[in-house]
Amino acid sequence: MAASIEWLYLAAAVLFILGIRDLSSAETARRGNTLAAIGMLLAIIGTLQHQAIVRIDWIIAGMVIGGLIGLLMAVYMPMTAMPERIAIVNGLGGAASGLVGISEVYRHVIVPQAAGSVVTFDAFHTGVAGFEIMLGSLTFSGSMIAYGKLRGLISGSPLTYPGQNIVNVAWLVGMLAVISGLVTGSLAPEFFFVLAGLALVFGVMFVLPIGGADMPVVIALLNAYSGLAAAATGFVLNNKVLIIAGALDGSSGLLLSLLMCKAMNRSITNVLFGAVGAAVSSGGSTDQGDPQTISVVEAAERLFDARRVIIVPGYGMAAAGAQFAVREVADLLKSRGTEVRYAIHPVAGRMPGHMNVLLADANVPYDDLVEMDEINPDFADTDVALVMGANDTCNPAARHAEGSPIFGMPILDVDQTSQVIVIKRSMSPGFAGIPNEMFLAPNCHMLFGDGKQVAEQLAETLSL
Amino acid sequence: MKVVVPRERVAGETRVAVTPRTVKRLVRAGLSVHIETGAGSASGISDAEFIEAQATIVSDPHSLYTDAGIVLGVQPPDAETIARIPAGTFLVATINPLIEHDLVNRLAEQRVTSFSLDLVPRIARAQSMDVLSSMSTLAGYQAVLLAAMSLPGIVSYLTTAAGTLHPAKVLVLGAGVAGLQAIATARRLGALVWGYDIRPVVAEQVESLGATFLDLDVAAEDAEDAGGYAREQTQDQAQRQQAAMTAHLAEMDVVITTALIPGRPAPELVTTEMVAAMKSGSVIVDLAAERGGNCALTRPGTNYTTDSGVTILGPLNLCCTLPAHASLMYANNVVNFLLHICRDASIDVDTDDEVTIGTLVTHDGQVVHERVRQVLEA
Repeated sequence: MAASIEWLYLAAAVLFILGIRDLSSAETARRGNTLAAIGMLLAIIGTLQHQAIVRIDWIIAGMVIGGLIGLLMAVYMPMTAMPERIAIVNGLGGAASGLVGISEVYRHVIVPQAAGSVVTFDAFHTGVAGFEIMLGSLTFSGSMIAYGKLRGLISGSPLTYPGQNIVNVAWLVGMLAVISGLVTGSLAPEFFFVLAGLALVFGVMFVLPIGGADMPVVIALLNAYSGLAAAATGFVLNNKVLIIAGALDGSSGLLLSLLMCKAMNRSITNVLFGAVGAAVSSGGSTDQGDPQTISVVEAAERLFDARRVIIVPGYGMAAAGAQFAVREVADLLKSRGTEVRYAIHPVAGRMPGHMNVLLADANVPYDDLVEMDEINPDFADTDVALVMGANDTCNPAARHAEGSPIFGMPILDVDQTSQVIVIKRSMSPGFAGIPNEMFLAPNCHMLFGDGKQVAEQLAETLSL
Repeated sequence: MKVVVPRERVAGETRVAVTPRTVKRLVRAGLSVHIETGAGSASGISDAEFIEAQATIVSDPHSLYTDAGIVLGVQPPDAETIARIPAGTFLVATINPLIEHDLVNRLAEQRVTSFSLDLVPRIARAQSMDVLSSMSTLAGYQAVLLAAMSLPGIVSYLTTAAGTLHPAKVLVLGAGVAGLQAIATARRLGALVWGYDIRPVVAEQVESLGATFLDLDVAAEDAEDAGGYAREQTQDQAQRQQAAMTAHLAEMDVVITTALIPGRPAPELVTTEMVAAMKSGSVIVDLAAERGGNCALTRPGTNYTTDSGVTILGPLNLCCTLPAHASLMYANNVVNFLLHICRDASIDVDTDDEVTIGTLVTHDGQVVHERVRQVLEA
């Protein structure tokens, strides 16, 4: 390989790294994007000088078509469709890696004589090519499903069936077994195609059970996979810049997905396998089914769009010390002209007047605090009810579940609001020790996390 | 059905079991309310206001009980009054049956069906009827104000050109309803507040109000160096806890004690030695004074200062110093309870209901409350 190519690749790699660093802050992100684009240009120029290039016209045709599509997407797709765009680009990146892998395997292993190949695929190359094809294919199909979910073409709710995680794990083990069979030579090289097929199906199965709200995490993770696939391609093609760029992409994608999980106060395993695992983590009330969850950003959007909001504080707010952050959220909404009131249940908290004391401490005006009987008729006419760690005081079981310890207790009619967002640490029951059926209602979304942190994040998001 | 509300006769009792608002609710439920003249005067409610709420004012205490269906009261009636209550009448009051044994027997003999509101079970749906909870709320609040008035200084923190005034340090022992309310009130006056309770689970509740939970747990150390018998260990542990508590008390300006055990004398939390260790000018408010007090030196019903300069307040029935709000809350508790047990203007004793069974003391000439009967037989 010519020395000029090496220099160009080195410069490209440096620019990629500088670009990623700049992307970490909104002020420098534009510059970072430019640096990375220049890096990519240098890498392409370097690659075009490659000795192995037989015909340049195909390459130019591909670049023109691909460049045009990229340009049109960048110009015409709205910023709100950014996650979908990333899903497509990711998927195509994975597809490219997968196709390169298959073509390399085809020409060097399956028909080496006909292709006049002089390269011998050793065990390392075979294994790397296997991973490349597997990751590339599953990234492609998974990204397409993610796109479909984000676009609303496929239902955003998790599609699950019993034993799902076991089937998925078994499938993954099966693919790894095929790769090891190819490496040891016990499987014919044609099994690379089987591997690609298995991986395409796996991508679909892997993304379908994940809820629409968790798609950004999945996309970041698929991004990491496509990066790893690209790095594997680099090993197969002996192309250093692909290895570097792929590794950068893989690690940054993984870090991003972990950061997003942390922001949602959930573990990555909960996001990936949560559709089935959620019931186990709900602490003692396993038979109540899975609630719908919502991210801080989505919750903020719903609050942002609402005209009338009622905040329902409970002991959870007190225990988390979230009253100041809650008032901040209310103030931000009020400054937009939204009507914000607090519904105070007479037995909210662990002492009489608990909510009054804390909200007064946070300088919430007394006029905003409305007692139960007065505010109950207004819930039906309210856009969003934001429940802050309240539980028994808004449990509809009090109305109809005879024999329940809270049966007959007057409750806040929170469930009649068009949208209910519940901020809570977990699904665990409140003082009375019974599960709240409202949490599973179609108009209710759970925003899991520490009350104070979540309220602060809401305020931060709303102030943007 | 005729509802009778006598004027409270116990000295110092300022509350009344109905307010004009609750009278309206009772009338709407189909009950006719007869109130003895002057019953609301100590709470600032005139007979005219009751008449406006469609109550009948009765001036003759003898004819008051004629044809009575339900008698409402704050304190239980005295022996002479009980003799006047017709058999089969329902009585709703704070009877304190675990201690007032003679009274319970007399009610049973008179065949009065009595409900004691201090026995309301502590469940969420019965909280609107829980007089202990509502009266403790007021007592906890008022205890802090009493302490503040007895302190030789102010409560909050001020840095001024004439010197810095340090905030009062307040320790609340017992984090029940009264204790939590005291913590919240002391915090709002600007004090530095600590809370302590033998139930470690309430630490979170104490902290939710911005106070610090006092950590007396010295068990871990004990377990390591004792190595002897469990009982000795416990004694040793108790001693160490007392020593730790004494050290904390010596730092405090105000100590408010609120520990009560149902049907038993109040536990002693503050010993004579602990009081001796406290600063001159510090104040103890003993909310358990009615049950003998949490402090060894409390004189129930009196306020005095020890030779070492510690002021000890032993107020009785503290909520009576706030008659308007005490009556408002008590009357709401009463009406919530009454409308709970009363259907279509008549009462059918529902023995399946947790709240009814939990509060029913005497019925059909028998003492029916399980715990009360056990105490009476013992």
